[in-house]
Amino acid sequence: MIKQKVVLRFPPHIVEQPTIYHLIKDFDLMVNILRADINPKKEGRLMMELSGSETNYQRAVEWLKEQGLQIMNLEQQIIWRSDLCTHCGACTVICPTEALMFERPGMTVRFAEEKCIVCELCLRACPARAMETLVENANSR
Amino acid sequence: MKVKRSIEEINEKIKTGKAVVLTAEEVIGVVKDKGLEQTAASVDVVTTGTFGPMCSSGVFLNLGHPRPRMKLGEAFLNSVPAYAGLAAVDLYLGATAIPPTDPANRNYPGDFIYGGGHVIEDLVAGKEIRLEASSYGTDCYPLKRIETRFRLSEINEATLYNPRNAYQNYNVAVNSGEKTIYTYMGILKPGMGNANYSSAGQLSPLFNDPLLKTIGIGTRIFLGGGIGYVAWHGTQHNPSAARDEKGIPKGPAATLALTGDLKQMKPRWLRGLSFLGYGATLQVGVGIPIPILNEEIMGCCAVSDEEIFAPVVDYQSAYPFRESGNLGLVSYADLKSGSVTVQGKKIPTASLSSYAGAREIAANLKEWIEAGRFTLSVPAAPLPSVDAGISLNALPQRDPEKQEDK
Repeated sequence: MIKQKVVLRFPPHIVEQPTIYHLIKDFDLMVNILRADINPKKEGRLMMELSGSETNYQRAVEWLKEQGLQIMNLEQQIIWRSDLCTHCGACTVICPTEALMFERPGMTVRFAEEKCIVCELCLRACPARAMETLVENANSR
Repeated sequence: MKVKRSIEEINEKIKTGKAVVLTAEEVIGVVKDKGLEQTAASVDVVTTGTFGPMCSSGVFLNLGHPRPRMKLGEAFLNSVPAYAGLAAVDLYLGATAIPPTDPANRNYPGDFIYGGGHVIEDLVAGKEIRLEASSYGTDCYPLKRIETRFRLSEINEATLYNPRNAYQNYNVAVNSGEKTIYTYMGILKPGMGNANYSSAGQLSPLFNDPLLKTIGIGTRIFLGGGIGYVAWHGTQHNPSAARDEKGIPKGPAATLALTGDLKQMKPRWLRGLSFLGYGATLQVGVGIPIPILNEEIMGCCAVSDEEIFAPVVDYQSAYPFRESGNLGLVSYADLKSGSVTVQGKKIPTASLSSYAGAREIAANLKEWIEAGRFTLSVPAAPLPSVDAGISLNALPQRDPEKQEDK
């Protein structure tokens, strides 16, 4: 069994294809969609957790790439710039999953990538703008 | 009192490397273990620190004269307006200034991605700054327009002068409304979804000298990673605010005006900030040494987060519309634990001031003193304290057409 949070990026010409249907029907994967959006350039972005057998998962990844989709692990989407973070903690009450949290009693901010669901609320909540995203999309500036 | 030492005696010990220095955090446990008298007898200096957003901050610049000369009228540094109503090439750049082209809250909530605080950070980091200025031209200052670039090292003076820093205590902000609000206290979720505070508590300078017995005009301090001085009492200085029996204020009280040479400072301790929906500002690192002149002052420095309380204020209506009262007091120990209970509701807390930064500043200042690189100064004059009879005024709002002075 494998369980992996991923980000799929859809080029405009396949954004209307029923990709998720195929992942379930043809590859017997369990799909838990975390978030999806389409930007003004009609590029789609879908964040989800995939689980299933190792073989099916690898076949599905190959198939997705053949369709022209980009697939990345979710952990790489939001970057905590520890060099810019001032450890104020303003982000910790805004982050809905406690991916950003205070380590007590040191009172330093810690970013647990595996808990991040790429909601991107931290990007603008951070006064020092220490949270960054690699990809430009409809909801971040 | 059994312990009595002077600042001169402490400086002698600093110069010979014999001064005993502890941070305001370290000293709490020592006083608990050894008692006030014994700790006062052995400790010479307690260092404090704070690293929070301080909007009333800015820098005086003298750019040097161009050829031909020019009396700057309107001036912009990286598109951020600086005040030029001084002599020809003197400017004052405020931390919250934003470019006239910034959409501000017309695109609510505004990002305020670059303002005066960011220009100050870029200056200190040694980056090139773009200057654009215009003027009406005079016989002595004929140039009417200039566009150029400069670095901090290339101009004559850059003096950080912050009219109000290091607030002695501050509000804890909540939002009782139904919509998220965007404030200088951060993002406040509806239905009192979070409580934001902004003080280093037990490490904060003015909690360790609550009645201003040692901090005065001319006190040498850590400012922005360099050496600065207390210039004056800060604006809105309100030492008469309600206090407990130990003199610790129960809300915003004393403030300090601080100054220092920007060229000595570090970008690590002067950070431009963007508060969503509010504006740009500057995060300022301040550390003040407290000379342990006697047991009484030692007692003040032993204050801990459990003993310091801040008022919970509703920023949905009470703050913006100046309604009096608060939703109760909470301790900094509770605030730092991650949640407080306000009117029976448990609310998650977050800080805007960096406690980790405050601790690092107090430790840096301790190192400077231990290494003999930083000695204490004797204040030139005391700051107005609780007996000064100061009360805060609100802006008069009367009919502007009815002039009382004839």
